[in-house]
Amino acid sequence: MHSFGYRANALLTFAITILAIMCAMASVSDNFNSLSPTSEVQVWNINWFRKKPDGDDEVSLTLNISANLESLFTWNTKQVFVFLAAEYGTPKNALNQVSLWDGIIPSKEHAKFSFHTTNKYRFIDQGSNLRGKNFNLTLHWHVMPKTGKMFADKIVMSGYRMLEAYR
Amino acid sequence: MGWIEDTVTSVKSIQLRQALHQTISIGLIVTSALMIWKGLMCITGSESPIVVVLSESMEPGFARGDILFLRMSKEPIRAGEIVVYNINGRDIPIVHRVIKVHERKDTGEVDVLTKGDNNEEDDIGLYAPGQRWLQRKHIIGRAVGFLPHVGWATIIMTEKPLIKYILLGGLGLLVITSKD
Repeated sequence: MHSFGYRANALLTFAITILAIMCAMASVSDNFNSLSPTSEVQVWNINWFRKKPDGDDEVSLTLNISANLESLFTWNTKQVFVFLAAEYGTPKNALNQVSLWDGIIPSKEHAKFSFHTTNKYRFIDQGSNLRGKNFNLTLHWHVMPKTGKMFADKIVMSGYRMLEAYR
Repeated sequence: MGWIEDTVTSVKSIQLRQALHQTISIGLIVTSALMIWKGLMCITGSESPIVVVLSESMEPGFARGDILFLRMSKEPIRAGEIVVYNINGRDIPIVHRVIKVHERKDTGEVDVLTKGDNNEEDDIGLYAPGQRWLQRKHIIGRAVGFLPHVGWATIIMTEKPLIKYILLGGLGLLVITSKD
């Protein structure tokens, strides 16, 4: 009854149970954090705007992205993945989401930023619908915890408009 | 001489009973593991509700050996989500993030492009030759939560089969020899 095997088993089971409970509590504690992120994005320049030989529109933008995501960080946050996507509808597609820039924020110290960048991924439409197109720029973030549930949210910034003609 | 026969039969019956008991307990372990797995499949709607991360392509978010919990709901797939997908002709599912989504108005079918956070290039090079987008049928789940490091046991057992057999043999021996 009190053999080595039984004691080792009991100890291991107990240790794993406690570890699981601590992980669950760490994950639950994230829910008590109040979020107040802010962001602002300006289209600084449209570098060029063309129709590719295969018929799809492509545009190159220079963006000024500033955001304050410090409130997303808790003691259970491993990193925050943040990205800016252009979102718009076309006659063929109900929704197009094209990621223009993304980044990984490793800690709270880096969660407040403001910088210029050209789009990191190619902004290509499925078709030729970008001339004069109204679109939203949406800042999304995905919080990766040290353990437990991941969560995500976004800030939608509207009122952006593409050029009427290629250049 | 009757008492000898009695002893023999009683010993025989004990052994038979014990053997049956062991068979049943092994069966119970196997079936309950199967029940938990199938039950998870029902709840999550994903054909593989738990996956182990095998590559470094999602560092520093997910490291090799982390366990991911997947869900597959009717909700549409959106940019930023981490999905697990299968490519025809590849055995191992890939865990990467969605960076582009084009959703059809009439059918609701989606074209999705993925990329690993730690990779320089997007995933077009990983897809089947000539394939430019993922469709919903390729995606087996989206990651909703994770536990660090727990999957190392699986990685070790896959890469060093000897350890797996030693472990399985040891466990089997324990079940057979245990008196309970």
